[in-house]
Amino acid sequence: MAAATKEQIEERMTEALVSFGAERDDVKRDADWESLDVDSLDLVELAQIVEEEYGVKMKEEDMKEMKTVGDAVDFVAERADQ
Amino acid sequence: MPEEKAKGCALVTGASRGIGAATARLLAAEGWPVGINYRSDQEGAERVVGEIEEAGGRAFALRADVADPSAADELFTSLEEHFGPVLVLVNNAGVRDDGLSPQLKDDAWNRVIETNLSAAFRTTRRALRPMMRERFGRVVNIASIVGQRANPGQANYAASKAGLIAFTHTVAAEVARRSVTVNAVAPGLVETELTEDIGDEMLKAIPARRAGTPEEVAACVRFLVSDDASYVNGTTLTVDGGLTA
Repeated sequence: MAAATKEQIEERMTEALVSFGAERDDVKRDADWESLDVDSLDLVELAQIVEEEYGVKMKEEDMKEMKTVGDAVDFVAERADQ
Repeated sequence: MPEEKAKGCALVTGASRGIGAATARLLAAEGWPVGINYRSDQEGAERVVGEIEEAGGRAFALRADVADPSAADELFTSLEEHFGPVLVLVNNAGVRDDGLSPQLKDDAWNRVIETNLSAAFRTTRRALRPMMRERFGRVVNIASIVGQRANPGQANYAASKAGLIAFTHTVAAEVARRSVTVNAVAPGLVETELTEDIGDEMLKAIPARRAGTPEEVAACVRFLVSDDASYVNGTTLTVDGGLTA
């Protein structure tokens, strides 16, 4: 499997966040979870998607560090390349 | 022949006899392919599979001791390969090891808590993520009225069942927005091997003047699993012939 580009990861995560109920236009790199109404259950599901599709494990302590969409995209992009 | 569900299947733990077997048969009749988990009674499990297949349903026997921490993942992985994602989980496997509290041994305490409570936690944990992704899931925990009121000699069993009820409430609140429901059924005295040593004396205390049947408990599970129960979440359905009324 070719490594996913950061743009592809961002698109996939946006799609996931929209499926959780976020408005597509609001999902931007600097948007924080609260503004998107993304809660801890959504993040658990996001972690599952990321693990299944990119093989990247997002642990609970990692997720606490991620405040915005950009944080999460960067986290996955850095590790998906390895 | 039962109309098969579009995707996914049901897993019933401790399904080789009693309430578990009756539940597996009813869910299969509703169209769910069913995983029949058993620990030691292979013959019973195969009999249940045979009955379901004869009625036109699909079933598959899976041996595992759910008290073993690795059992949940093995069970689910195996069942997913056969029938697809597990969208219905019935935590029914249970054991008794009675004794008055002053004499209750650690072994008896731990064995009952592990099988009746910790195992249900592990299977539920394993089940929830795929259910959340599917935006559909049904978890039904078979508790007991002993989890709600005293029954001397069963401190371990009572604690495990009360824990299961509390677990049910909390998990339901966590996952409700993904259209996953988590409910409990609390049977009173039911005619099964687990209760065969309980005397007729108890019958006098039951307003219905009889023990319940496994099918009467299974019917409650069938309801909680059905689309009709889509807004029933985090509750405990008591089925006890009026004993705790």
